Formats: sequence, C-alpha cells, structure tokens
Amino acid sequence: MTAFILKRLAIAVPTILLLIVFSFLLMEAAPGSPFATERGVPPAVLANLEAKYGLDKPLIQRMGIYIYDVVVNFDFGPSFKFKDRTVNDLIAQGFPVTLTYGFWSFVVAVAVGGTLGVLAAVFHNSWLDYLAVGISIGAQVLPNFVMAPILVLIFTLWLGWLPGGGWRGGQIEYLILPVIALSTSYMASIARITRSSMLEVLNAGFIRTARAKGLPMRRVILRHALKPAMLPVISYLGPAFVGMITGSVLIDVFFSTGGIGQFFVNSALSRDYSVIMGITILIGTLTVLFNLLVDVIYAWIDPKIRY
Amino acid sequence: MKRRTILSMTTAAVLALGLSPAHAATVAEGDTLAENQTFSYRLLDQFPTLDPQLNEETAGSHVLRQIMEGLMTQDAQGNLRPGVATDYEASENNTVYTFNLREDARWSNGDPVTAQDFVNAWRRAADPATASPYAWYVELTQMKNAAEIVAGEMDPSELGVEAVDDRTLKVTLTKPVPYFPAMTSYATLMPIHMPTVEEHGSDWTSPENYVGNGAYMLDELALNEYFKLVKNPEYWDAENVIIDEVTGLIINDVNQALTRYESGEYDMLEPLPAGTYPRLKEERPEEAKSVPRLCSYYYAMNQRPEGPPELKDPRVRRALSLAVDRDIIVDQILQGGQQPGYYFTHNATAGFEPPEIDYANWTQAERDEKAKELMDEAGVDGLDLKLIYNTDENHKKIATVVSQMWKQKLGIDVTLSNMEWSTYLDVRREGNFDIARVAWCGDYNEASTFLDILTTGQEQNDGKWSNEEYDKVIAESKTSGDPAANYKKAEEILSEDMGIIPIYHYANTFLLNPAIKGFPMENVENNWYVKDFYRVAN
Repeated sequence: MTAFILKRLAIAVPTILLLIVFSFLLMEAAPGSPFATERGVPPAVLANLEAKYGLDKPLIQRMGIYIYDVVVNFDFGPSFKFKDRTVNDLIAQGFPVTLTYGFWSFVVAVAVGGTLGVLAAVFHNSWLDYLAVGISIGAQVLPNFVMAPILVLIFTLWLGWLPGGGWRGGQIEYLILPVIALSTSYMASIARITRSSMLEVLNAGFIRTARAKGLPMRRVILRHALKPAMLPVISYLGPAFVGMITGSVLIDVFFSTGGIGQFFVNSALSRDYSVIMGITILIGTLTVLFNLLVDVIYAWIDPKIRY
Repeated sequence: MKRRTILSMTTAAVLALGLSPAHAATVAEGDTLAENQTFSYRLLDQFPTLDPQLNEETAGSHVLRQIMEGLMTQDAQGNLRPGVATDYEASENNTVYTFNLREDARWSNGDPVTAQDFVNAWRRAADPATASPYAWYVELTQMKNAAEIVAGEMDPSELGVEAVDDRTLKVTLTKPVPYFPAMTSYATLMPIHMPTVEEHGSDWTSPENYVGNGAYMLDELALNEYFKLVKNPEYWDAENVIIDEVTGLIINDVNQALTRYESGEYDMLEPLPAGTYPRLKEERPEEAKSVPRLCSYYYAMNQRPEGPPELKDPRVRRALSLAVDRDIIVDQILQGGQQPGYYFTHNATAGFEPPEIDYANWTQAERDEKAKELMDEAGVDGLDLKLIYNTDENHKKIATVVSQMWKQKLGIDVTLSNMEWSTYLDVRREGNFDIARVAWCGDYNEASTFLDILTTGQEQNDGKWSNEEYDKVIAESKTSGDPAANYKKAEEILSEDMGIIPIYHYANTFLLNPAIKGFPMENVENNWYVKDFYRVAN
C-alpha cells in the first residue's frame, strides 16, 4: 500500500507541473491585458506596470521564475488587480470561507443523500422509495442558480428569518442558505447512486446467504451491504468534495460570501494572471490529492482490489 | 484683457472659497434625527485597493472620499469647497497655485496633515517604482516634470510641487490649467501618511494599519463581502459629522441586490438592474432616483488607413448619425432618464453651453430623408460594416436597433460582434473594427475632459478621427478667457464633420432610502461624501 501511495504521488508531481505549464500558456494566449481599461493606459504608465509585475521579460523566463517561486517558496506572487495584496493573501482569505461552507454542504449532502438512498433501496417500491426518489429528482432539476434566488425570496424577503448574503466570519445564520443551495444537487446525486448501488448489493448472493443464516435485517444492511454499496458513491464523492470546497462561483457571487469562487471568476475576467494561476493550481492539486485518497479508500474497503 | 479676466475669475474664486461654509452635514429645519446614524450601500464589485495613489476605480474612489481628504472637496452641486486647504491663490496665467492648508487638519492617528504629506503623495503617484495605473492623472494636471518622472527620465523629487512650509503648498504647472484646484479633489492627489506606508509596506491599507485624514476611518474589510467605516474623531470637522457608521455591501448579482434592498437591509442600491427603473419609479416613487451622470455614449468610426474607405466620407458619417433614432434608444431601451446625444460633451457639464446642432431639432423623418440623400450623393451602395461592443445586455440592444435602422433606412449591412471586456478593449485599441461602442466619463466637471480626447494623436481617440480646425480650437481653449465659446465651436466642428456618432448622455439610476438626507442629487460626477448625510427618524 505504501509503495502504491508513493507511486501515485510520484505521478501527481509531474501532473501538477504540466497543469501549471498549460495554464500559463493558455492564459498567455488569451487576448487582453490585466492593465487594460476603457480609457486606455498611456505607454509610459503601461511600461512601469509591466516592469513592476515582470511582464517585460520573455515568456520562458517568466514561466521559469513563476514555477520556481511556486514550488520552492510556495509564493504565488502579487495580484495584478488587488495591488496591495498577494495571491497568498487572497487565497488565505477566500479559501477558509469556501472550505467551511463546502465542508458543511458535503456533510449535509452525504448524510441526507445517503440516508435517502439507503431507505429507498431497503424499502424498495414502497411509498418511502417513491418519496425519496421524488425528492432527489426534484432537487436534481433545481439547479443552484434557481434554488438560491428562491431561498432568498422565501427566507429573507418574505419570512425575514435569515440574512440574504454575507458571511461575517461564518456565523451559522449566514451559513444556512449557502449550504442548502450548494448541497441540494449533490445530495440528489448521492441519493440516486446510493439507491441503485444498494439495490444491486441487496440482490447479491452473499446478502441472500446472510439473510438465510437468519441475521436480522438491520445487521445485514449495516455489516454486510453498506460497505460494498458505498464503492460507487465514494468514487463520486472524491471529485464532488473537491468541487464543493473549492467553491461554487454561483454561491460566492450570489451570497457575497467572499469565497474563492468569486476571486476565480473575477480574475479570469480581469486577466489577473497571478490569481488565475494560483487558484487553478490550488484546485488542481486538491483534485489530484482527493482522487488519490479515493483510490486508497477503495483499496481499504474492497478486498477484491489489489495494487 | 484675457489676463485680467482670468485674474478676476481667480480672485472671485478665492473670495468665494473664503466665504463658503465649511460644515459637513446641515440638518434641514423640521427634520428629526434618527437614533441610529448609519448609512449602508451596495457595491457591484469589490474595489481592489484603498491606496489613494494606486486606486483606479469608481468604487474605490467612493470609499476614499470618506476616509481621505484632498486639498479640495465638492459640495452637493459639485462646486469646489475647501478640504484640507482653506483657500488658494493662482498666478496670473494659471500656472502657479499656492494652497493654504488648515491648521487643524489631522491624520486619524493624531499627527498633523502637512504640505509635505501632499508632496509625498504626488511624487509617489508619479514614481515609476509605485507603478500607479493612474500616474497619467498627475501628467494630466500638467504638473512640472510629471511626464518625465513617469517615463523614468527624472527623479520624483523634481516634480513641480513643494512644501513652502507645513501649511503652504506651492504647485508649478507647465501649461495653464484653470481647473487645477478641481482636480485636487480626486483620489490620486489625496495626501499620504508616509511613516505608515514605510512601516507596513503594501499591508498599510488593511484596517488595523490604515491612517487616513477623512471624516471616517476604515474599521473592517472582508473582500467581496463588505466593509465598515466609523467616524474619525480626529477629523477637523468631526463635530459636524452626523452619520457614525458606513457599511458597504458587495453584491454582484443585480437581482439579489434588489431583493436584499427590498428586505430593508441597506439604504442605497446603485446601479439599478437594466430596464427596472420605470417599474421601480412607479412602485417606489420616493426612492427611485435618476440623476445626470458625467458620461457620454457614442459610436466611433474607424478612420485609420485600413478602415473602410466609405467612412472617410463625411457625408456617409453624417448619414449614419442622422439615421440613428436616439429617442427610441433612450425612451424604449434605456428608460432611466438618459438624454439623447447630438453632441459629445454631457449636457449637464458645468459651464458648458450646448452647441447648435441642426439635426437635433429635426423630426426623425426629416433626418432619415436627409440621410438617404447624403448616401446617394456619396454614391455609396451596399456597404457592409462590422460593429463591435463588449458583452452587455444594453449594448447589445442598442447595437441591434441601430443596425436595424441602418439596414432599413440606408441599406447598410451590419455585422454585430460582441466580445468579453478585456478582449474587446484589445480589439478596439488595435483598430480591428469599422464601428465601435465607446463610453467616456469625465475626469473632472469641465467640457475639456470630453473634447480633449478627440484631438489628433490622443490615445483615447479610438476612431482616430482627426480635424485640424478642431485641434486648433481646442488648443486655443487652454489659454482662452472664455473657453466655453471654444467648446461650443469645437462641438459644432465635430458635428459638421461627424467625427463620432453621439448616442446618449448618461444618467445614474438608484434607489435611496428616503430617511437618508443630504445626498447630492445635483453633483453630475456623482461624488458623494457621507459626512454631508444624516438619517431622519421615520
């Protein structure tokens, strides 16, 4: 197992390096400049700006310096737009926010979605099954850009129970709406995957054997069925978790949470090169790590998988 | 004769300044102040910085006007009033200005605000090491050696500004700039507390380090979420400042902003979602406002050698302009109190006399008739034009109706091409278009801020239209005793030759809680100072 993890880590490093190089080149190829404005910047002022941010150097040299700074110093450089901030500052501010609401969305999605899925499978074709499937389809067809305004309309404008946006350090009342809006569609997917996977497992031979032995249903499900039924769910959860903790652009834009998604979009639009790169690398690295984690969990859960 | 006029104008200015009341908020008779004196407003986007010399955005300027103070500020009508300076004297030819600073001006840490703080700030703005995106603003003031310093050819200490003593600031310009004092109210020329900058580096702008000299202090700041300002007890006029706390909420989504306003969360929503003004005006007549805003919207026509040859014919340019029915654009598309534009300078610009533009008074049928005639005269048949604009609902609607008007009336085929903002700026600068949407906002409230950009060789002259006579009239305005006459003449030349197609003059629409009083409705630059506001009890 250790050898497997080491091997995977060894592949992860060049993957991330390639990601850096390709993102850098893509960004370079995009038209526009971080310093462009409606009025246009006079050449002397532009030259000073380019000198300050090192854009006057040739591409290869810039990329070399950038990779060195990122890898050796863990320094993503200054933001081009937020002139008195570094990318590290922006990530340090935005990422904890996203991590918080992302984590709670994940917990809610797994807890609710998993429970619904298991119940639907165990009480297959009962009213409980139909209810669970109904809820999950309903949640699936309501994308978060529809959910969010509806939630705000109901809970902020009509009922006045919850604030319609803001974060204020992650106080619970500011957390609720973003978590509901973000977790709903994930919850629906988890419920669906869990249900079908559980149904398959419940029909498998070893479950029939367990029940034939006279084991109580509760025990059959918890001890024997749940673990194998979780496999497809786990492969879904890895990327889903990264997706949630690296932020939903919509949640940030809509609820003014100050999370990383808003920085990501804004930086792309304003060509804030260093911020685009920093966040891309962050998301890329997390994706690679969580895929690795999913593989490890797989090996641990399923004795059939050997590395 | 000329000299005397300027001199007497200047004397008048000094006198007026000496007399004008210095207080901040003046509570109208019969108004009862509310218990909680707070003001909160919505921002579309996060301002990137609160460093006055690095700021380049409107959102940042709004906040800087609360937490910093320049030599001059503006009153509710946009007129100049004393800020840190109590008054100033201008030399005969408007090239040397001497500002007298008030004795009681203090930084938020208690240090006195001195003339040297302005010298430091202005040098810093021009210094290539600072790399301020607004370094050109210092050049625009015509301050001595500014251009050379920005270009890295001279040391920043050579800038034409000196602290004669702690209370006297002397500025030397290379050319006469009669509106120089007005330019000192802008963020780039606000003072700076250098010891703070030196101690904290770029981190000096965080709330725990910030030292400002405005009526408010930065208290909390969470990027893309909100910020909070509190009253600055060290401010020289603090006793007349009524609002204690200012909150800015960054709400990017327009509809969400409206819902949160409707839930009573904050006091001012600006700008309104496109097309919602008429409905909101009906539903909330007390709250929905439309005020002129110092920006003009126009179409530039590519006059570069590689541009379409037909557009080099003034008759074709005129035909294109005549065929645009501006009333449809302002009344049916924008619907927010915008004014149809038949000339470039915004109609509400201070001291601007509207030019006489013949077709402005014609009916649209007459214009269309004339446009067809002109096209026939020019012998143009079957023209194909590429119109570019940046992706935006209103730009799209305007481009669509204009292209329809040209198609139906003149038989011109127009290809619409929309691009995302940064790409669009690139394409426009490179001149890769036939017609381009452009908007220009005044840097200061005087017609030259508009008209200057259409002179030959200006970076911002996107269509590269060039007219000798126009250039001459504008050059003369700089030393003229009556620049308004030159501006009027320049507009008439521009219209005669149809260098651009003016479309409309901006208005700013917003919702304002009626409990907030003292908001400057007549300041066309839409500059507001919360120290002038107060909240009345409902």
